[in-house]
Amino acid sequence: MIPELGHYALVLALALGLIQSVAPVIGARRYDAVLMRLASSTALMQFAFVAFSFLALIICYVTSDFSVATVYENSHSMMPLVYRITSVWGNHEGSMLLWVLILSLFGALVAGFGGNLPTTLKAYVLSVQSWIACAFYLFILITSNPFLRLPQAPFEGRDLNPILQDIGLAIHPPLLYLGYVGFSIAFSFAIAALIEGRIDAAWARWVRPWTLAAWIFLTVGIAMGSYWAYYELGWGGFWFWDPVENASLMPWLAGTALLHSAVVMEKRNALKIWTLLLAILAFSLSLIGTFLVRSGVLTSVHTFANDPARGVFILAILVIFIGGGLTLFAWRAPMLKQGGLFAPISREAALVLNNLFLTTACLTVFVGTLYPLALEALTGDKISVGPPFFNLTFAPLFIPLLLVMPFGPLMAWKRGDIFGAAQRLMAAFGIAFVVIVLTFAVGDRSSILAPFGIGLAAFVMIGAMVDIAERIGLFRVPFSVVRQRAAGLPRSAWGTALAHTGIAVTLLGIVCVSAWASERIVALKPSETVSISGYELSFDGVVQRSGANYRELAARFTVREGGVPVGVMEPSKRSFASRSTTTTEAALMTRGVSQLYLSLGDTNSDGSVSVRLYHKPMVLLIWLGAVVMGLGGTLSLSDRRLRVGAPKPAAKSAMQAAE
Amino acid sequence: MRRVALIGLLLSLATPGAAPAVQPDEMLKDSALESRARDLSRELRCMVCQNQSIDDSEAPLARDLRLLVRERLTKGDSDQQVLSFLVSRYGEFVLLRPPLEWHTLLLWGLPPAALAAGTIGLFIMSRRRRSMAAEADPLSRDEEQRLSTLVDPAGPEH
Repeated sequence: MIPELGHYALVLALALGLIQSVAPVIGARRYDAVLMRLASSTALMQFAFVAFSFLALIICYVTSDFSVATVYENSHSMMPLVYRITSVWGNHEGSMLLWVLILSLFGALVAGFGGNLPTTLKAYVLSVQSWIACAFYLFILITSNPFLRLPQAPFEGRDLNPILQDIGLAIHPPLLYLGYVGFSIAFSFAIAALIEGRIDAAWARWVRPWTLAAWIFLTVGIAMGSYWAYYELGWGGFWFWDPVENASLMPWLAGTALLHSAVVMEKRNALKIWTLLLAILAFSLSLIGTFLVRSGVLTSVHTFANDPARGVFILAILVIFIGGGLTLFAWRAPMLKQGGLFAPISREAALVLNNLFLTTACLTVFVGTLYPLALEALTGDKISVGPPFFNLTFAPLFIPLLLVMPFGPLMAWKRGDIFGAAQRLMAAFGIAFVVIVLTFAVGDRSSILAPFGIGLAAFVMIGAMVDIAERIGLFRVPFSVVRQRAAGLPRSAWGTALAHTGIAVTLLGIVCVSAWASERIVALKPSETVSISGYELSFDGVVQRSGANYRELAARFTVREGGVPVGVMEPSKRSFASRSTTTTEAALMTRGVSQLYLSLGDTNSDGSVSVRLYHKPMVLLIWLGAVVMGLGGTLSLSDRRLRVGAPKPAAKSAMQAAE
Repeated sequence: MRRVALIGLLLSLATPGAAPAVQPDEMLKDSALESRARDLSRELRCMVCQNQSIDDSEAPLARDLRLLVRERLTKGDSDQQVLSFLVSRYGEFVLLRPPLEWHTLLLWGLPPAALAAGTIGLFIMSRRRRSMAAEADPLSRDEEQRLSTLVDPAGPEH
C-alpha cells in the first residue's frame, strides 16, 4: 500500500505543478491577485506531496519491501539501517526523486520566504519553477518510477553496490543536488525577469542569497565527493577529471561567476544582461550534468542509443529549457536598459575579469567533457580527453584569476586606483616573495613550479586579509576602534575574505600534494618494514573479521616515526557475498594536515602482500579550503542586507549616501 | 609457513581479479626508466575502463599495457616511440591527451579562442563606453539656463 501511496502523491504533485505552471502567469498578466497568490499555496503543497512520496520510498527501503523493484535491486535486509536509507538515492530512480524533492523544497522556500518580492515577479518565478518541476515529475512517472512493483516479491534484495556503502555517499548526493537544483531558482528569476521585461538592482539582491546558498552546497558537495573518491577508490587521487566530476564542476564555475557578476549588478546596476545569461547558464549546466550522469551517454554513445527512453526524455527537457531560456534571452535581453558605466580600472572591471576567466575555464571543461561524445556521434572517431588535457588547459586559466583576486576587493567602484591597490598589497607581495625563496631553500628542488604555487597561495591569503585589515584600520588606529570597526564591518566583507582565503588554502594543498607526495609500491612479508618520508611501517600480519554484510581481511601495520610507535594502520579488502564483489578499504593516518595512505593489493605466491603506500603532505588542506569557502559563503549569507531584502526606493538614496 | 600459505589462500579468495594498479613485480630496476614508465602510464588510457589511465587501473588489460610500455622502454624506445607504437596498435583512443589534429582543432582551439574573443570584446566595449561617456549629449540651452540659475540664483536674468 505504501508504494502506491507514494506513487499517487507524486501524481498529485504533478497535478498541482500543472496548475502552478499556468494560473499564476494568467494572474500576473491580468493583475489578478488571487491567481497570483495561488502559486504560494501550490508550491507549499507540492513540496508536502513530494516529501510524502520520498518518505514512502524511504519506508519501503527501511522495511526492506522487496516487492518494489528498486528496493530489490539496491537493498539488502542485512545492510545497516543508515545504508538502507542512503541506498534510496544510490540509484537512478531514487536519486531523481531526491532531485524533485529538492526542487520542490526550493519552490516552497521561495513561496515561504519571498514575502518581500513584488507579487508579479513572485508569481512568474514560482510558475517557471513549476515548469521545471513538472518536466521532472513526468520524467519520473513515465520513465523511472521508483515505486514499480515486481509481480512476485523475492525473499532477498541484491544489495547496494558495495563501493557506495559509505557514509560519504550518504552526504554527497544530497549536498550536490542542493547545489545543482538551487541554481534553478536563479534560472526561474532570470526567466521571470525576461518575461516581465524589467530588471534592476533589487532583482540581483533577491537572486543573490539563493545563488549563494546553492553555491555553498555545491562547493561542499564537490569537496565531499572528491574526498570520498580519495579514500574509497584506493589510489589516493583527489580529482580525476572524470566526466561525472566535470558535470558538477561546470555549474560551480558558472555559479561562482554568477555570484560575482550579481554583486556588480546589485551595487552598480551594470552587467545586467550578462548576469541574466549566467543565471540561465548555471542551471543549464546543472541540467547538462544531470543528463550526462543519468542518461548513460558517458559509458558510450552506443549504450545511450540502445536504451534511449530515459536519455531522450532528459535530452528533450534539456532542449526545451536551455533552448527556450536562451531564445527568450536573445529575444528580450536587448530591450533591457543597460546602466552603470565604469572605468577599465575599477572593481567592476576586476569582477568582469574574474568572470572572463571563470567562464573560459568553464568552457574548457565543457569542451573537454563533451568533445569526445560529439566527435564519436558525428564522425565515429574515438578519442580520449583525460587529466593531461585538463591540467594543461584549465590550470593556466586559474593562475591569472588568482593573481587578480586580491586586487578586486581593494579597488573602488567606478574608478579604481591600481597603483594604490598594489601599494596596499605590498605586504602580500613581500610575504609571497619570502615564501617562494624559503620554499626554494628548504624544499627539495624536484619541482620548479611548486614554490611559485605556494607563493601564489600566500599572496591570495594575505591579500584577502589586507582588505579586512585596511577596512578595520589594523595597526593604524587604537585597538578599541579596530574592534568597533571589525564588529561594524558587514558580514559579507568577512565572507568574501574567508572564501578567498579558502581558495588559497585549497591551492596550497593541491600544490603540496602534486609536488611532494611520495609513493612506495612494495611486496611485504610479515614482520618486514617499509619506510616513507620519515615514517616506518612494519607489517604485523593479517586478521579476518566480519561486518554486518561483508567479510573483511585486514592487514595490520604498526607505524613508527623516528622509532617511536605512533599508531596502527589496517587497510583491508571487503568481500560482499550478496554481489560477490570486493572493495579495497584504504587505511588513512592523519598527521597534522598531512596523511599516510595505505592500500592493500594482491597476495603473491611467496606469501607476501603487495601494498601501495603514500605520504600526502598537506592533503587535507584541499578539502579544508572548500569548507572555509563554504563558511565564507555562509557568513555572507547571514549578512543583514540579504536577510532583510532589498531596500525600498525611498530608503535607497539614504543608504547610498551612507556608503 | 602454514600460516603464510593460509594468508595467501585467504587473500586470493578475497580478491577475484581486483588488484591495485602498478604491482611491485612490474616495476623496473632502473629507477630513471621506471619513472619514465610511470609518466607515460599516466598519459595512456585503459581502454576497457571508464576514464582511467593504465597507471590507475586494476584491469588486466591495463597491466598488459604497463608491461608493454616497460618492455619497449627497456628495448631503448624513446617516450614518443612508445606512444606512437601504442597508437599504431590501439588507435588514438589510447591517448588521454589527444594530439592537435584537424578533428581535435576545436577541442584545443576553443578555450584560447574564447579567452581572446572575450578580451577583445571587453576592450572594444570599454572603448565604446568611454567614447559614449565622453560624447554624452551636451546640455541644451534650456538646461544651461536652469543650471546657471541653480548654481547662481542671482544670475544674469535677475
